[in-house]
Amino acid sequence: MNKKRSLILREACNLIVPAVLLYALYVQFHGDYGPGGGFQAGVIFAAAIILYALVYGRKKTQKIFPASLVRYLISIGLLLYAGVGVASLFMGGNYLDYNVLAHNPQHGQHLGIFLIELGVGITVAAVMIMIFYMLDEYAD
Amino acid sequence: MLTQHLAVLQVVVPLISAPLCALLPLAGSENKLGNKLAWLFATLVSLTTFIIALLIAKEVSDHGVISYQLGGWAPPWGIEYRIDHLSAYILLIVSAIACITMLAAQKSVEKEIAHEKISLFYSAFLLCLTGLLGVVVTGDAFNIFVFLEISSLSSYVLIALGNDRKALTASYQYLIMGTIGATFILIGIGLLYMLTGTLNIVDLQQRIPELLSSRTLHAAFAFFTVGISLKLALLPLHLWLPNAYAYAPSMITVFLSATATKVSLYILFRFFFGLFSNEITFEEFHLDKILIPLSILAILIASSVAVFQNNIKRMFAYSSVAQIGYMTLGIGLATKSGSIAGMLHLFNHAIIKGGLFLAMACIVFRTGSVQLSNFAGLGKRMPWTMAAILLLGLGLIGVPFTAGFISKWYLLIAALEQNNWLAATVIVGGSLLAVMYIWKIIEHAYFKIPISSASEGQVISEAPFTMLIPLWILVAANFYFGVNTSFSYGFANTAINTLFQ
Amino acid sequence: MFADYYNYWVAIILMMLGFYIVISDANLIKKIIGLSIFQTSVFILFISMSKVEGGTAPILAEGITTYSNPLPHVLILTAIVVSVATTALGLAIIARIYREYGTVDENIIHDQDEEDEDNNEATG
Repeated sequence: MNKKRSLILREACNLIVPAVLLYALYVQFHGDYGPGGGFQAGVIFAAAIILYALVYGRKKTQKIFPASLVRYLISIGLLLYAGVGVASLFMGGNYLDYNVLAHNPQHGQHLGIFLIELGVGITVAAVMIMIFYMLDEYAD
Repeated sequence: MLTQHLAVLQVVVPLISAPLCALLPLAGSENKLGNKLAWLFATLVSLTTFIIALLIAKEVSDHGVISYQLGGWAPPWGIEYRIDHLSAYILLIVSAIACITMLAAQKSVEKEIAHEKISLFYSAFLLCLTGLLGVVVTGDAFNIFVFLEISSLSSYVLIALGNDRKALTASYQYLIMGTIGATFILIGIGLLYMLTGTLNIVDLQQRIPELLSSRTLHAAFAFFTVGISLKLALLPLHLWLPNAYAYAPSMITVFLSATATKVSLYILFRFFFGLFSNEITFEEFHLDKILIPLSILAILIASSVAVFQNNIKRMFAYSSVAQIGYMTLGIGLATKSGSIAGMLHLFNHAIIKGGLFLAMACIVFRTGSVQLSNFAGLGKRMPWTMAAILLLGLGLIGVPFTAGFISKWYLLIAALEQNNWLAATVIVGGSLLAVMYIWKIIEHAYFKIPISSASEGQVISEAPFTMLIPLWILVAANFYFGVNTSFSYGFANTAINTLFQ
Repeated sequence: MFADYYNYWVAIILMMLGFYIVISDANLIKKIIGLSIFQTSVFILFISMSKVEGGTAPILAEGITTYSNPLPHVLILTAIVVSVATTALGLAIIARIYREYGTVDENIIHDQDEEDEDNNEATG
């Protein structure tokens, strides 16, 4: 059941996972300048975590990302996205009007897109990890 | 301050409440208090949505079309939320049914769904409500697809939570057919975008008349027809509906039967009369030649199959397929009065079918079974519930003074205006078939002796108040709208007049 | 004609292949795969029409006048998310169906369902 994986797998995992996590963050924040954005970054992040879980087992992964935390993250990402829209309602513009979010429309647009994509990335990564946890529990 | 943002708040309020419902304290545990809290929260959100829909309806009837630019970008570059009379009408129906469902839901949901999943159930319900409201509110073609898929995905989840294991296969079949339908609608939207370069419905309506000779436009129309018929459960693409309604949790059947197909009918109105104007739909593409035969078959075949069902929820589901046939028959007559009759039937059917399934929820709550043989003697043991089924059944048949009579009357007038004697005969014939299956239930309930195995220690009493009161609100609405049609007919009239040219 | 419109041909052939798998195959998992192929063909159709001849990637830069159309890419991103959610949901339902029925063959499940309904009606 929980026998250790071979040395090659473990070492390869140790090398790959940090690189993939870094790439996920790169894709998340460079969505304005190249292909990327929230959804892609979320999936890449989740892929790294799932790789770790495949090699080291679900129990160890759940010490870092417990299932309850992942559940909260799903809701929090969506609330961040909708919350940005509501914030722009309170600041005088229409829903999701980024121009009013900061002192200057250009900064407002930048801030708006940044927060929105962050919300999307968090939710997507959390959902993918949650799906993996659920299906893995089924296999037991 | 917030009143100018009503259009977007209609969608944002349930959207934000869905994750909040999942985050509530004590949620997801076996704790009964947590489940009550989730129910209370969902009910308050549904009431708020209903109040917003009322305010929107008032604003639309005073000032005309509401147009709201999302993100401050003007259409056609940005997404526009556009609420006219048709949208306001459907918004009222969807939010009112959501309110009634939530008010009656608590006991039934606690009995049918595993305790740790109840707060997620309410969360998924709020997402479904968001999707349905979003379809109606938006004025951008692709946005309709997105919200349609939000509502569909959450309804697959909600149906799969049913007690019986057949709920899973029903949900899977609905998933496959619903996704194919939505993908066909997506192809249609893509082809229209390729031709015109815009996704805004008002803009598309202005650009399409110049493109009538293009074969791509014909292909787009065909894809739309098939996709919308799949979502609408128009015969012969109705196969997902009986199983999905029969095996879903009782309150979900109440909600979906009264809203999901109505919203798909709204999409039909919006695409075929708003986007392609009604002249193009009926003269160029001859939609009436497709709709009328299929509607006639739907009414006759579905009502006949309903007569022979022993599972009463399934019987009412086949009855729904037949009633959808009535609505599309009205639309297929290709006149204003036909479409107004179709819209009236949409409104009245939502009330009647919602009420009938709510009565079924009461019966399932007390007796645990939906088979016809189970109904024996229920007239004495659950008098209020059976009386409600009797009165709503009269509405389904179309007895005078009920809401069903009004819509069937207007359908008959519209058919006779066109000298379409076949349609008129079928409308009356469908009512006769409805008498047959309603009579089966009434006979078992009032005239049969209860079987002894049912009283083996299980005392069947009347349904709880929290479920009876919303049920009788719907029965009262059935009679109110059967006598006073100023709201239902008046609004439908204005809606169709602004939509048709 | 084939060479000029080859992207439409690819989309249509994939669409029909995916649709045929959904209709004809009895294994529930294969139906989901067919559905996925069907939806992917639609994405190819959309994206292939967004390329403008002579246009580069739609990112503002000095000295470039023609850009490819970025709007279909945005639409398809949303549609891909919907497709992934549908696939995940379908597979989750299949996992539970397997637990309840012991099989993922649609014909066997249908037979078991009919037996169930008959038993239900017999006992009331």
